[in-house]
Amino acid sequence: MLIAVLAPFAAAGFAPLLVRLLGDRAGLVLAIVPAATFVWLLSRLPEATPGVLEATPWVPGLDVALDFSLDGLSLIFALLISGIGTLIVLYAGGYLKGHPMLGRFFLFLMMFMGAMQGVVLSDNVITLFVFWELTSLASYLLVGFESDRPAARRAALQALLITGSGGLALLAGLVMLAEAGGSWRISDLTGAGAWIQDDPLYRPILILVVLGCFTKSAQWPFHSWLPGAMQAPTPVSAYLHSATMVKAGVYLLARLDPALGGSPEWLWILTGIGGLTMLMGVVFALLETDLKLVLAWTTVSALGTLVFLLGPTHEPGVKAAMAFLLVHALYKGALFMAAGNVDHEAGTRDLTRLGGLMRTMPVTFAAAAVACVSMAGLPFGLGWVAKELIGAAKIALEDEFGITVIAATLTNLMLFCVAAIVATVPFTGRTSEAAAHAHEAPWPMLAGPVMLAALGLVFGMAPNLIAEPLIAAATTAVIGRKATLEIVLFKAFDWKFLLTLATFVAGAALFLLWRRSAAGWRASLNPVLDRGPDRGYDQVMRGLAALAAWQTRIWQPGLLHRYMAASFAVVTLAGAASLTRGEMRLNLDFDGGRLIEWAVFAVTAASALVAALATTRLLAVTALGMLGLGVAMIFMLFGAPDLAITQFMVETLVVVILALVLIRLPGFRLSAGGARPRWLYAGISAGTGALVTLLLLGVLAEPFDPRLSEWFGRAAVPEAFGHNIVNVILVDFRALDTLGEIIVVFAAALAALAAIGIGARTRA
Amino acid sequence: MSSLILRAATRVLAPMMLMLSLFLLWRGHNLPGGGFIGGLVATSAIALQGIAFGPEAARRTLVLPPAVIAGIGLAAALVATLPAGLAALPFFTGLWLKLDLGDGATLPLSTPLLFDIGVFLVVIGGVCAILLALEEDPETDPTEQP
Repeated sequence: MLIAVLAPFAAAGFAPLLVRLLGDRAGLVLAIVPAATFVWLLSRLPEATPGVLEATPWVPGLDVALDFSLDGLSLIFALLISGIGTLIVLYAGGYLKGHPMLGRFFLFLMMFMGAMQGVVLSDNVITLFVFWELTSLASYLLVGFESDRPAARRAALQALLITGSGGLALLAGLVMLAEAGGSWRISDLTGAGAWIQDDPLYRPILILVVLGCFTKSAQWPFHSWLPGAMQAPTPVSAYLHSATMVKAGVYLLARLDPALGGSPEWLWILTGIGGLTMLMGVVFALLETDLKLVLAWTTVSALGTLVFLLGPTHEPGVKAAMAFLLVHALYKGALFMAAGNVDHEAGTRDLTRLGGLMRTMPVTFAAAAVACVSMAGLPFGLGWVAKELIGAAKIALEDEFGITVIAATLTNLMLFCVAAIVATVPFTGRTSEAAAHAHEAPWPMLAGPVMLAALGLVFGMAPNLIAEPLIAAATTAVIGRKATLEIVLFKAFDWKFLLTLATFVAGAALFLLWRRSAAGWRASLNPVLDRGPDRGYDQVMRGLAALAAWQTRIWQPGLLHRYMAASFAVVTLAGAASLTRGEMRLNLDFDGGRLIEWAVFAVTAASALVAALATTRLLAVTALGMLGLGVAMIFMLFGAPDLAITQFMVETLVVVILALVLIRLPGFRLSAGGARPRWLYAGISAGTGALVTLLLLGVLAEPFDPRLSEWFGRAAVPEAFGHNIVNVILVDFRALDTLGEIIVVFAAALAALAAIGIGARTRA
Repeated sequence: MSSLILRAATRVLAPMMLMLSLFLLWRGHNLPGGGFIGGLVATSAIALQGIAFGPEAARRTLVLPPAVIAGIGLAAALVATLPAGLAALPFFTGLWLKLDLGDGATLPLSTPLLFDIGVFLVVIGGVCAILLALEEDPETDPTEQP
């Protein structure tokens, strides 16, 4: 399994080289990787229940391991990723034929494939998260692939920011979950049942995990990035933003269902938000004219449906979700690729400018039409099967959730209408101007839609091919006990069947109505709908930029005296706050001072006062120099010759350097901000001085602990052969500190040189 | 500064200060002194020369560009850590080599000494680099102090 995850990454590394060698045919070679994975996964089908586990240590100290597990749920996702991935790689070779950045495109695409396989196969919380974030990154790179277009860049950034902030929430949620559960293995966490719901952290965990899943799977109100992501090349839209990546949130919800699901919170959040998203997506789809956006909104709706179905945590719901997952991936993948063909050959995907493509692109039309049969839920399509299962799930809920049944039926009805639009509007009717010169797409671009549409049809007629090995196996993995599924295509002719028929009729009627008045709906509704979360995203981004600018002005005004004042104020306040804790004794015993000591103190204090009150720089510098010499004298008096010499030398050099700097500065402006800062600064200085004085007096009141200095005194000669303890400490006992210090000296000198150089150049 | 007294005094003082700095460096392990103090004394000598005769003269005294001197010092300090590594001892273990000079006199050489020389050179190079760069500002002539 490690190989299945890592192979696409390896292929990604070789992709640019392959494209250089083989040109457009590189796609044919690269498609071998997902195809082989697909075949290998099929061969593991019998083992998937109850599941197999492979562990490889990665960061053993942190319990992060490359643990992979394959069960029914992983398998159904992994099959979709590798199977559709194969077709997409083939398709992209044709769609981006001759594109100068084809190598880069395949690099990103294969990277995504590996990351996505990692998400669905990981059995370690951290590994899953790493792969999860990698898919977001790959999505960012692919949405912004045509990076010369501002719209693509904006959409890419929006997708990254929304899924990325969701990712942060998810990380917090997963870590809390693992800490509460005492294991970083997902199988340990889910295998233990719903114990977590008694934990006080259950609600925070649930909310954080759900935030991560909802942003990834474009649930309301985080859905706005998904239609935006249609800026990506169509293969990407088909693969990431419909078949696989956006389902990662659904996957994780299903994966964690045994641990987190079953509570009222889970039911209400998932059913509520999922149902809302489901209905909203399909309404918006009816209002779009861009073929890809129509499909994107139905994808939002489908994701809502999946979340909605996972809400109740019962067997029929999970079965319906797994079936619908498969159905949606098949028909939506086919439709996106068909839409890409239309765009590629006719040069537009605007529904109002397309028509009559049936005659010039018959294969694409056939694939789209068959896929739409499945999408509409008509008999013989796989969609019919899913619809039956969804119906069963709804009935199981009915007593409590009458309104959700209505919402789901409405969604069905409108979905039927959208399917009719997609299948007929571009392809039938009068041949439009844009469609007149269209040709049928080349075979790599037809293989994908035809294959997926055909599979939908085959499985639709023989659903038991997949019922037991895929859907039931995945359901088993989610609900934790053996599930079986036997699908009967046509049940009794009862009221449910009549309801289905009524949905079809109503959908068809809606379609006729749409043909007549869609333009009017758009004109009246779009101004209202524009004030949605997408606008909100823009406002948040603007607010963020304004906040950043504001706080930069506050904290980084570029005035050194402000920085120093702020630093000293914080230090003083923090120090004062810590002094108020506990009692402090002060040593106020000043007896026994010699006259010379008092004299030196007086001179030092006087020079400090002069420095503070000085009105010219030269006076200030000189007074500071005096102050330093006074301190050096104090060192001398108390027996620290090394320190005193160093202080003398440093003071001398500082005065020289400051004098040199002073020559370069304009007139003296200490109180740049008027009188107020000056008094404020005086207050801060006095506070800092008082604090330090208090601290020193407090230190003196404590008994002196001579252990360290005695040890140095004893050890200096026998261990380091030196009598000067200061120097022995500097070059031997604490030599590592000294090394750090001289590196700082060196770096500071380089920085000063650069700064002086810049100053000289800007003035010159 | 075109002061005759300063120039005359510098001619005598600067070489003495440089020798003093070497003396301080050498004796530092046992008596007050060491690489850091020695480096500062040497830097003062260079600064004095820079003020008296201009930065060009100071640079001639240093022979190498100050940043290079600092680099050599840092390299020397790092090299001083290598013998302990080669001997599989903990990082920065001081190693001593006591050369017998005959007549009962020994010349103790050690990695701490090499390290201290490195400190000495970094201090000279680093501080002189800043000093001389400031003195050489194209706009101001350091011989004309306000």
